[in-house]
Amino acid sequence: MNIYIEITYLAASILFVFGLKGLTHPDSARRGMLLAAAGMTAAIVGTLFHPEIVRYHWIWIGLLIGGVIGAAMSIWMPMTSMPERTALSHAFGALAAALVGIAEYENYGGSMGKLKVGALGFEIMLGCLTFTGSLIAFGKLYGVVKGTPITFKGLNIFNMGLLAVMIGSFIYLAYDPSVAVAFYTMMTLALCFGVLLVIPIGAADMPVVMSLLNSYAGLAAAATGFVLGNNVLIIAGTLDGFSGFILSVLMCRAMNRSINNVLFGAFGSVSHTAADTAIGNMREVTLEDVAVQLAYAKQVVFVPGYGMATAQAQHAVRDLANLLEARGVSVKFGIHPVAGRMPGHMNVLLAEANVPYSVLYEMDQINPDLPRTDVAVVIGANDVVNPDARDNPGSPIAGMPIIEVDRAKSVVVLKRGTGKGFSGLENPLFFKPVTGMLYGDAKSSITGLAQAVREV
Amino acid sequence: MEKLVFDPRILMASLYVFALAAFLGYQIISRVPPLLHTPLMSATNALSAISVVGAIVMAGRENHHSISTYLGFIAVISASINVVGGFLITDRMLKMFKRDVRVKTADKKGNSK
Repeated sequence: MNIYIEITYLAASILFVFGLKGLTHPDSARRGMLLAAAGMTAAIVGTLFHPEIVRYHWIWIGLLIGGVIGAAMSIWMPMTSMPERTALSHAFGALAAALVGIAEYENYGGSMGKLKVGALGFEIMLGCLTFTGSLIAFGKLYGVVKGTPITFKGLNIFNMGLLAVMIGSFIYLAYDPSVAVAFYTMMTLALCFGVLLVIPIGAADMPVVMSLLNSYAGLAAAATGFVLGNNVLIIAGTLDGFSGFILSVLMCRAMNRSINNVLFGAFGSVSHTAADTAIGNMREVTLEDVAVQLAYAKQVVFVPGYGMATAQAQHAVRDLANLLEARGVSVKFGIHPVAGRMPGHMNVLLAEANVPYSVLYEMDQINPDLPRTDVAVVIGANDVVNPDARDNPGSPIAGMPIIEVDRAKSVVVLKRGTGKGFSGLENPLFFKPVTGMLYGDAKSSITGLAQAVREV
Repeated sequence: MEKLVFDPRILMASLYVFALAAFLGYQIISRVPPLLHTPLMSATNALSAISVVGAIVMAGRENHHSISTYLGFIAVISASINVVGGFLITDRMLKMFKRDVRVKTADKKGNSK
């Protein structure tokens, strides 16, 4: 191994760690990522001098095509499509790791040592299942695949069987690396397993799925590092793997559910008996009423959810917030960790609309503030403000921490229609006396509110 | 020529690297605020696209079967999509996070511009 190439890899590893360190604060984040990008460039340039490389045309063409596609995607992709883009990039990362592994096996196959083939097996299994799993997640987010859980009786048992056969072929392969049938069986089953793992999961659970796929894609890259004996791959892959893992744990905690429950529970498809007990009438309010309330409030808290993203309402929300602030109203945003379809989704959208991050509050920071809040405005969020999670132990989401908007002096819920939310759960918040319902598309409602506030 | 059989010493060294990177990752990433979780995901995604270095060697070297070259070529494409796209979109997102873009009128009592 060439010592100079190794040095670029070492430099890249160090710069990657500094880069991630930068992400611990928004002020240092951009500089950090610049360092990481410099590290990546160094590693790629270093690799181009690898002594085994004999021809360059495939490399140049590949880098060019990939670079153009990557740049185009990141420049023209609207921020509301971040979850889709992220799912796709998990698929690309996993595909790259899997293909390198397959090519490696094609090259050396039977002559590889058992431990080496063991590492290769991990790379292939993780890479293939993440690839198809991420594509399904992309399909669900993009709307090509049905967002509701798709499941059939015995799916979990079928999955277990599939997993067992896959691991069986993996062990057989490690025992005798020359058996190509075992290798390709393992690969095919991993591809199927990825599909079956993600289709039964509802779109509302996407934050967890995205984090898990992130983790698997990273671990696949780390396994590639083991196979190629390349430390920078191990380090970057492990950092990615652990980042995804930590995010999955955080997301699960924010829903008070275990990873097992998310993966195998097919949430949202079960019939809810305990939850359908909410009774009473929903009180509908008019734009003008709400505008007066907002204009004369001391403090207003906005609680955005996925509905804000689908309606592309973030810019309208910012305009309304500016108007209110100009009138002396203190405006805050309360953001639940699982609001939206991926971790941090709402923060990015509001940042895009120029809302400063100093008014974006996490759930635990905003909750003590809500009893002092005059109006809480819920924009296309449902489960994350459902008081049943706190009050009704029989609810399917019992124990999930929520943003307690019902403690505010008054609540306005912006909702597209009278129907149930995404999870199909009844939300008693809508029936509370403090709650007023404002029906209609979130963007036009907010724009209307802004207009009405101007006229107050 | 890379080694086809793991030297146990190299395997151990790799496991050390893995364990330390895992520990370091846990320490750093648990300190990233939820505010930046989306950029964190796209950033780590770009980092793990470092597998492009493996793909580059695969696409450029003398392989036993030409299929490996083609697989390497596709791997270079998909990894470099993530390298370029991942860093660019992370930066595009981070650029948007501002501490304060307007004058806080509520704090300054009528002193707003």
